[in-house]
Amino acid sequence: MDFLSDTLVLSRMQFALTAIFHMLWPILTTGMSIYLVIVEGLWLKTRNKDYYHHARFWAKLYVLNFGIGVASGIPMEFQFGTNWGPLSEAVGNFFGSVIGFEASWAFMLEAAFLGIMIFGWERVNPVIHYIATILVAFGANLSTFWILTANSWLQTPSGVELVNGEYVVQDYFQAIFNPFMWNSFLHMFFATLETSLFVIGGISAWYILKERNVQFFSRSLKIVLAAAIAVAPLQIYIGHLSGEQVYHYQPTKLAAMEAQWETIPAGETAPWSLLALPNEKAEQNDWEIQIPQGLGYILELKPTLSEPVKGLKEWPPENRPHLLGLIYYSFRIMVGIGFFFAGLMGISVIQWLRGKFSPENLQQQKWLMGGWILAAPLGYIAVESGWIVRCVGRQPWTVYNQIRTSDAASNLPSQEVLTTLLGFASVYTLLFFAALYFGRRIIIKGPNLELPTPAEVAAIKTTPGEFQPDERPLEAKR
Amino acid sequence: METLDYLLPQVWFGILALFLLLYVMLDGFDLGVGILSLTSSSEERRGILMTSLSNVWDANETWLVLMGGSLFGAFPLAYSNILQALSIPIFIMLFGFIFRAVAFEFREQANRKLFWNFAFGAGSFLAALGQGFALGGVLAGINVDADGHFIGGVWDWLSVPSVLVALTLIQGYVLIGSTYLIWRTEGSLQETHYKTARIAAITTLIGAIVITVITPIFFESARDRLLNAPLVYIFALIPIVGVLLVGLLWRSLNQKAEKMPFIWTILVFVLTFIGLALVVFPYIIPREITIYDAAADPSSLVIMIIFIGALIPVMVFYNIYQYVVFRGKIKSEHYGEV
Ligand code: HDD
Ligand code: HEM
Ligand code: HEM
Repeated sequence: MDFLSDTLVLSRMQFALTAIFHMLWPILTTGMSIYLVIVEGLWLKTRNKDYYHHARFWAKLYVLNFGIGVASGIPMEFQFGTNWGPLSEAVGNFFGSVIGFEASWAFMLEAAFLGIMIFGWERVNPVIHYIATILVAFGANLSTFWILTANSWLQTPSGVELVNGEYVVQDYFQAIFNPFMWNSFLHMFFATLETSLFVIGGISAWYILKERNVQFFSRSLKIVLAAAIAVAPLQIYIGHLSGEQVYHYQPTKLAAMEAQWETIPAGETAPWSLLALPNEKAEQNDWEIQIPQGLGYILELKPTLSEPVKGLKEWPPENRPHLLGLIYYSFRIMVGIGFFFAGLMGISVIQWLRGKFSPENLQQQKWLMGGWILAAPLGYIAVESGWIVRCVGRQPWTVYNQIRTSDAASNLPSQEVLTTLLGFASVYTLLFFAALYFGRRIIIKGPNLELPTPAEVAAIKTTPGEFQPDERPLEAKR
Repeated sequence: METLDYLLPQVWFGILALFLLLYVMLDGFDLGVGILSLTSSSEERRGILMTSLSNVWDANETWLVLMGGSLFGAFPLAYSNILQALSIPIFIMLFGFIFRAVAFEFREQANRKLFWNFAFGAGSFLAALGQGFALGGVLAGINVDADGHFIGGVWDWLSVPSVLVALTLIQGYVLIGSTYLIWRTEGSLQETHYKTARIAAITTLIGAIVITVITPIFFESARDRLLNAPLVYIFALIPIVGVLLVGLLWRSLNQKAEKMPFIWTILVFVLTFIGLALVVFPYIIPREITIYDAAADPSSLVIMIIFIGALIPVMVFYNIYQYVVFRGKIKSEHYGEV
């Protein structure tokens, strides 16, 4: 067990663990915030109480995620200093300031208005409340923007110059809008949105199958489906653009994603590897199923390539990513899920067009509803796989082609890192199961359709300033 | 250019000090209420304590996130070395934060609340403890080589003075937490916290006196600073004003004032903070690295003034707006069904 005394390996494991765990929670808080904006807007527009109850019900899952998102986000920030000190010193000028922008632009906005969005229904008027909901959604997605700016810059550092081991920013604009930035942000934005849509859809389908509040939940299913018509295909297209940008800027990662050992010269046909067993020792794939000309069509829409696709053997082993199987299969899992989402959306739309989307009809379509339930957790898996492709595929570099991961880590004693790693592992396991447990309870309990709207509450109250929610009529309390 | 090289780091020292001060006051009462919840006699009381924080805790904590990010961007060398040297207190704090943050929602959902009550209280305590150790560690000095890289051991921060600083900080948090609760609650709950505020005022005062006395003895870094003109006059003044403020706080507690105890406590915090800032400035790692050595490139500092500094009034505005929306005494456990 050599790695137990290797600070670098332990710090990498700790970063991977904490990032993978953190990533689970902002997905819903960023993606679902948009859904909340939609339903609250529909409520204000139509005054249909169902929409109000949608806003209240889904917000419960929202806050559950929010707390864990914050709790696991703060360690992320401080780990850059504790475990990746030399990296922080080198990239602080740019990377550090972006982390600061994220806090000043996004986190504070979100934190300040979340209170009003969750607890303020009866304390501010509906328009102000709606503004608060919009600002929370805006803040959450702004934090995605900044964190992806920071991460993309690690992938394609630009606008900077290395002076005495420190990156000095020459051009902020160029550094922020680095080559990966827009596309990665959009892919992540749609990832959180798509995952949240399918979570909402999956939970709605579960209620429909259970014959609970069928009318109510067929409404959310329809909203979700309407949004998915645009989101699911777009995400495949943007994912495709992500692949192209990797092809142009990070050839080592592309080779790892495709388990491509030999270079395919320009002008030759490039097959796409569907399944394979990469063997790093022998520098070959033990077996492989290929789709002829596939890669050519994927990258350039024609069977032959105009630029070569470099194989891993082009680089000495210390300059290549390792854990090939992980990268290769993570990529395929993500792509598979992307197409599954699109397919599910397509079938559902056909059913809708055939008039099979009324609440009674939905209940009968057990297979379709089952498909939606199955889809609920898949988005998470796609997101985590995507990040594994991105972060593990970047190895051995932390700043691509410039700073090696081995030079980025702090020189902490390995016992300390092992202790914190085990600490995170056990605490996060506990939190993960606690969150599932409480999430399940919220779902089993279901929406409270008796909850009076703020206007009804205000009518009961005489002085709104003095209003205390617990004085609401008894049946309205949980 | 020359003046800019001095001015920009000074501006950022000021901004960071402001963030830290806001953090210590705001999350101070937040953590203080958490620590006090360990002594709550009933589930209902604990519920009210947590409700008094439910809409503000995240924003309060965000000041720390903001401080961390700004330190990272404005003084990368300091960020990297302080966090490496203090990694153990930082992780103590982080684990404290984790438990405390999730407790808000999990307690709300749980039928058996015991575990999450404890997670909330103990988490608050751990977070405060880690912060106290970290503060003590910075004041005691961090061992760095000529290039400013950390070369000490991971336990260097642990010393008699840092333990004292940590204990005093916890007392201070309990004090500000108590006065916050006096302001936000009424009846017997308020009564209880008049008592806890008195106790905490005494223990904080004792802690502060001990630290003031030992600082010149133990903290080599502070010694020549403190005992030389012209600063010695300011440093002589600070304890006097401090004792005066504590006296005013005591009087307001005796008079059963509702808001004044909180305000006097805040002034005590501000004063302590000015004292600390004067001891430290212009160093960011006392006696080793000045803000000028650690500062990021001017280009970054300028952009950060635009992107972060200019937002300070806006951020303060959001926060105040929140308090206005949720003003008034907290009577029940819930602001509303979530
Ligand atoms: C719902 C989630 C989801 C879905 C359905 C997809 N992706 Fe994805 N993908 C992500 C969620 C994601 C992600 C987690 O958001 C990543 C990680 C980093 C990033 O910017 O996006 C990502 C990264 C990522 C990368 C790596 C970029 C890099 O390393 O810089 C590529 C090449 C793709 N994706 C390609 C695709 C393709 C071709 C898809 C469709 C068929 C696809 N993704 C569907
Ligand atoms: C967006 C912000 C992110 C940034 C700035 C970031 C940056 C980093 C850094 C600095 C490391 C450690 C050094 C290294 O191994 O290169 C790392 C490793 C890693 N990160 Fe990311 N990361 C981010 C998000 C994520 C997310 C969301 C995930 C997973 C869901 C993730 C997965 C990983 C993994 C698995 C590693 C370990 C790779 C290895 O050492 O082989 N990262 N990342
Ligand atoms: C793609 C990766 C990431 C995304 C999309 C993301 C997004 C978010 C969002 C939306 C929040 C707000 C809390 C919530 O809604 O749950 C959050 C919390 C947080 N994140 Fe992440 N994050 C990512 C990775 C990281 C990384 C690598 C860091 C480290 C710098 C980080 C630092 C934080 C911090 C400090 C918080 C707590 C903020 C608060 O006090 O509100 N995040 N993250």
